[in-house]
Amino acid sequence: MSARTLYQKLVDAHTVLRLDDENVLLYADLHLMNEYTSPQAFAGLHEQGRAVHTPGQNVAVVSHIIPTHPVKVRIIADPASALQASNLKRNCDRHGIPLFDTNDALQGIEHVVAPEHGMIRPGMVVICGDSHTTTYGALGALGFGIGTSEVEHVLATQTLVYRLAQTMRIRVEGVLPLGTTAKDLVLMIISRIGAQGARGYVIEFCGSTIDALSIEARFTLCNMAVEAGARGALIAPGPTAVQYVLERAPDIVGEVREQALAHWASLFSDADARFDQEYFFGADGVAPYVTWGTSPDQAIAIDAVIRLDDGPGVADPASAQRALGYTGLKEGATLQGLPVQHVFIGSCTNGRIEDLRAVAEVARGRKVAAHVRAMVVPGSGAVKREAESEGIADILIEAGFEWRQPGCSMCLAMNDDVLGAGQRCASTTNRNFEGRQGRGAITHLMSPAMAAAAAVTGAITDVRTFAKQEAVND
Amino acid sequence: MTDHHRIEGIAAPMALANLDTDQIMPKQFLRGIDKSGLAEGVFHDMRFDAQGTLRDDFVLNRPEYAGARVLVAGPNFGCGSSREHAVWGLQQFGIQAVIAPSFGEIFYSNAMNNRLLLVMLSEDEVAALIADVEPPGRAAVTIDVAAMTVQSATCSARFELAPRHRDMFMKGLDSIGASLAHASRIDAFAEQHWRQYPWLKDVARRTRSRLSA
Repeated sequence: MSARTLYQKLVDAHTVLRLDDENVLLYADLHLMNEYTSPQAFAGLHEQGRAVHTPGQNVAVVSHIIPTHPVKVRIIADPASALQASNLKRNCDRHGIPLFDTNDALQGIEHVVAPEHGMIRPGMVVICGDSHTTTYGALGALGFGIGTSEVEHVLATQTLVYRLAQTMRIRVEGVLPLGTTAKDLVLMIISRIGAQGARGYVIEFCGSTIDALSIEARFTLCNMAVEAGARGALIAPGPTAVQYVLERAPDIVGEVREQALAHWASLFSDADARFDQEYFFGADGVAPYVTWGTSPDQAIAIDAVIRLDDGPGVADPASAQRALGYTGLKEGATLQGLPVQHVFIGSCTNGRIEDLRAVAEVARGRKVAAHVRAMVVPGSGAVKREAESEGIADILIEAGFEWRQPGCSMCLAMNDDVLGAGQRCASTTNRNFEGRQGRGAITHLMSPAMAAAAAVTGAITDVRTFAKQEAVND
Repeated sequence: MTDHHRIEGIAAPMALANLDTDQIMPKQFLRGIDKSGLAEGVFHDMRFDAQGTLRDDFVLNRPEYAGARVLVAGPNFGCGSSREHAVWGLQQFGIQAVIAPSFGEIFYSNAMNNRLLLVMLSEDEVAALIADVEPPGRAAVTIDVAAMTVQSATCSARFELAPRHRDMFMKGLDSIGASLAHASRIDAFAEQHWRQYPWLKDVARRTRSRLSA
């Protein structure tokens, strides 16, 4: 067989049949659902009198509409949202689909819950009615988002009519500078290639920088690949990924373990495999990145100024001007020192334990600025419990952060965590779209450490100045 | 006249890049369990001011674009969230086709699955089309799906549509039914797949059982 990319290997291993030049019937190993993009799919299924093909390879989570107030028993006050949750339970019960319900101790964001319990394994195809399903590339699984019609298709057949993607390789070499993270790296990459720079492609990330990233950092990177328009993101699963999965999947033992290890060792792009597009980035060019506009490619390094003559984020002048009008900024301005009223820490991009550790490191011994409301929403019940047992929650509460229940929360503000017009928010989330966190609210995407620095100083601040101080104090 | 071979009507220009699905259908309209009532949500924050009053200056509120059936938009239209509500809402609002240089990938599939026609033209062609439909009274366009052409007052352009998508649009195929016709092949594939990769079988059910134990 000719040389294949990792992407082609995964597609080949899941192709039930080829439908035409562009489409295959692709088998799904795992299908994740949430309460808001699945109801109409179940309704369609019931209308047609169709069954769920493989219930045991489907799982549902209440994540988007759930309130995150720090109460023991959560009650969804909004009647429509409460109906979405009860409807999800009814659908799951009817079809025997595993569910992480509203008051389940392990409830959380789908993309946090699934991997942390070992449900995501190298070589899988994982599909979900949520665009951030690209996250699973971090473990060498092909994950991608779909719409509700396709959710219905997967429920009924455990397959999807899948349009083949082009392949892109992004190589990153070198050591990430102190004070920078996978979030800064991905914001930099998106700012260079654009919000549609990877449209139509599945990206494979590789290089020494990627190899050195923890799995959680790789989740962040692959999660945001969709913000460059990517149809998927992959990282070949090496020892780090294998260890992560085996620690969380106690069913993979004995002979099956040997089989799995042998298979996972074959999951890489062949040396002479051809990619349709290639990029190279040096890690030494990464600085803390922050968005200034309303598209994720409108991002700059914290020590840079907003320019309207450079980069794909400003290719359309009218859109760039509109973005500046919305965020109340001007060409030539820096983001450094810009006051924020709100800080949000959480989401499927940055709501995991390593993210919270990074926040705690900055917050320890400091206080949230008086005019700032800072919320921490762990990605899942398991993350929350871990943070509490490590003392992170105490540090954050002591510093004046709100320590809340898990969920998607203010990432898309579908629950009651909504910002008011004109509120400026330092956010660890993935989208700075107009109105995303509330009508007229302004979102600046950044890393967890940067968001923590904004919380304690009350303004967008270069977290590297903190790191230097600490190095001196040590 | 409009059917699934031909779309004729007013085209409204929205020349912004990266018009994401959060803007097409904001979050507060995603709380239903059916597809109804989404017309109100379409471009909500652009159509209405914070007090809920129609904004006269927004293109879809201008009398010359009343009843628009086509949008002519900037690149990467429909990027972002996978919410199919964006497509349902556009259709409920009366939009039958969107013309743009490019579309968000998930939005594209969602549109095809609902017979919302997406026409991809070059940036230059879209710019010419926008120039055509911006002056009052010249906003009529015709899209011939069978011939794959777009015609406005002065522009005439050809577009491409994958044969599968053209069939889906013109005939309204039951994609699930078509896949279910392959049920025995899917089942045979799954058996073979699980023999080869036993750690992938029923992973959700087995994980949930372990965590509940």
